[in-house]
Amino acid sequence: MINLVYNEMLKIVRKKRLFIISAIIAVLVGLFTYAQYKHVQDVQKRLGTTDWRTQLQQQIIDTQNRLNSSGISEEWRKFLKIRLQQQQYYLDHNINPSAPGAPTFMRMFVENSIELFLPLMVMVVVADLVSSEASGGTMKLLLTRPVKRWKILLSKYIAMGVSISFIMLALVVLSYAISGAVFGYGGWNLPLLTGFTVQGEELNTANVHLIPQWKYLLIELGLASFVAIVVGTLTFMLSVIMRSTAAVMGIMLAALISGAILSNMVSSWESAKYLFMVNLRLTDYISGAAPPIAGMTLGFSIGVLAVWGLVALIVSFFVFITRDVY
Amino acid sequence: MTDTLVVQNLRKTIGKKEIIKGLSFSLREGEVFGFLGPNGAGKTTTIRMLVGLIKPTSGRVSICGYDLQRQFADAIRHVGCIVENPELYPYLSGWENLEHFARMLPSFSKERLQEVVHLVGLQHRIHDRVRTYSLGMRQRLGIAQALLGQPKVLILDEPTNGLDPVGIREMREFIRLLAEKEKLSVLVSSHLLSEIQLMCDRVAIMAKGEIIRIDDVETLLKEQARVYWKVDSLERAKNILANETTVLETDGMLVTGYEASQLAVWNEKLVQAGIRVSEIQPKLPTLEDLFIELTGGETID
Ligand SMILES: Nc1ncnc2c1ncn2[C@@H]1O[C@H](COP(=O)(O)OP(=O)(O)OP(=O)(O)O)[C@@H](O)[C@H]1O
Ligand SMILES: [Mg+2]
Repeated sequence: MINLVYNEMLKIVRKKRLFIISAIIAVLVGLFTYAQYKHVQDVQKRLGTTDWRTQLQQQIIDTQNRLNSSGISEEWRKFLKIRLQQQQYYLDHNINPSAPGAPTFMRMFVENSIELFLPLMVMVVVADLVSSEASGGTMKLLLTRPVKRWKILLSKYIAMGVSISFIMLALVVLSYAISGAVFGYGGWNLPLLTGFTVQGEELNTANVHLIPQWKYLLIELGLASFVAIVVGTLTFMLSVIMRSTAAVMGIMLAALISGAILSNMVSSWESAKYLFMVNLRLTDYISGAAPPIAGMTLGFSIGVLAVWGLVALIVSFFVFITRDVY
Repeated sequence: MTDTLVVQNLRKTIGKKEIIKGLSFSLREGEVFGFLGPNGAGKTTTIRMLVGLIKPTSGRVSICGYDLQRQFADAIRHVGCIVENPELYPYLSGWENLEHFARMLPSFSKERLQEVVHLVGLQHRIHDRVRTYSLGMRQRLGIAQALLGQPKVLILDEPTNGLDPVGIREMREFIRLLAEKEKLSVLVSSHLLSEIQLMCDRVAIMAKGEIIRIDDVETLLKEQARVYWKVDSLERAKNILANETTVLETDGMLVTGYEASQLAVWNEKLVQAGIRVSEIQPKLPTLEDLFIELTGGETID
């Protein structure tokens, strides 16, 4: 089995796929770093002062005032207290909240790439994993070895897993290294708000608490990896079914892009929540953004994605093992 | 002589169309077996079933005693094959391609890799990318790949496809060598009749998914041998011979079947009738004649 996986990895590496992806990530990170840098400068200019410290102090005083005023609900009071805690942390640790370090950049990069960019990168590697063997005719050689078909497919699936790990690693390392050069490398312990839940139309802040950024990042990276694997598995299935890599890419692209569009407009189409592509923004549940359709929760989205992935995996193996190869 | 590959009543239906209609044959150790048929006869489809790429609708294939369906890995271990074109990974070198496929075998050694590379004479270009190979070199690399696992049965679908005349002769000699020296059974498909005639011990003639005939090449040829008669009076000679056997007329010559014991008798009759016989010419037919005769000259439909 190790030999088989080695073969698959060799092919992926020699096709230069991973190299290309790393290059794309590096370029994009550079681009976003510059954009972010401009943005920070802009904010500072607009505020008319480079002294963010006074500003933060002002905010803290505001919050304190609101806390002291009467007629404020218990829940809201708790939330404000947590906010206060966060602001105090910024002040105590001398962190400019609008010009954070590399870990914050990385977090934002992960949050923004989970829906489209990351799945696209995964797709680039996975789309031709099986279909290229079929269209190149090497499938005939692969399947006439003394190795059972399921083992061959499993080795390819494992190679996919390894590639996805590599992509995640590249994402982390490159975004940290490149953005750090501009924003500095600190900020791992920055406290962040999490624990928002949505009830009906309301944002429920009852469970909101602070966690350090590194923990927050770890959770988000875990969710992003999960999304990457599910999207990878779906692409994998298409790659098994179809001979043409272009067709695989076309279908996946259409699905992903329609997902990005649908998320913004399906709030009244309830059953759309069972589509995998509107469930990709898992990190939104952590940061407390409203889900595209009422009633969607983190558990629900993970469940939907898991079912899609599992079905795709079963279909891939079934088709690959039973199919006649012409 | 033991049978290395046994095929029993193999059938394949795709959709509603029956493409292979019940083939049975077996390969013996150390023989080259030809698979002859026009385009669309079902040669490639049969070969795909022999190597497990497509599942037969019914029938059995067993290789060295192992059932291909139930003991796939054991059975296929004894087979080396090229199905249609030898397609390898163009972005890897020839050597890397061989290593790639060797890693899929239960065990392999660098020595074996060197050995097959020398066997097919690719040692000078083996570290170049396959992208840069000519068709003939790819064909050789394909053979090297097929021989890696020291198979007992070698299955080649049109192995001389795309080779130049020298390459074709080399390939032919190479295949004979493998059969005679290494005791491999080789199954070669082709629609080039002259090729099969030159390299095979036995042939199966196939058309429309059926085997019309399986026999030794020599027997087949002898059976269909002809005698050409050159006489001064065609009409009279034809009448006389027609009493004895079936006679055809081509290019100013009469053609009869080859019956060694009767030739002298027929000749005597002609001479007694005052016909001057200037040539009696026995001719072995090419497989081409044979083929057209057996299949009724049919082509793809
Ligand atoms: N996937 C398929 N679906 C339907 N029919 C097919 C399929 N593959 C092959 N056939 C049919 O099966 C028949 C045999 O095809 P096959 O490729 O085995 O012929 P062949 O003897 O190898 O011909 P050639 O000498 O041209 O290589 C043809 O009539 C072809 O149309
Ligand atoms: Mg063919």
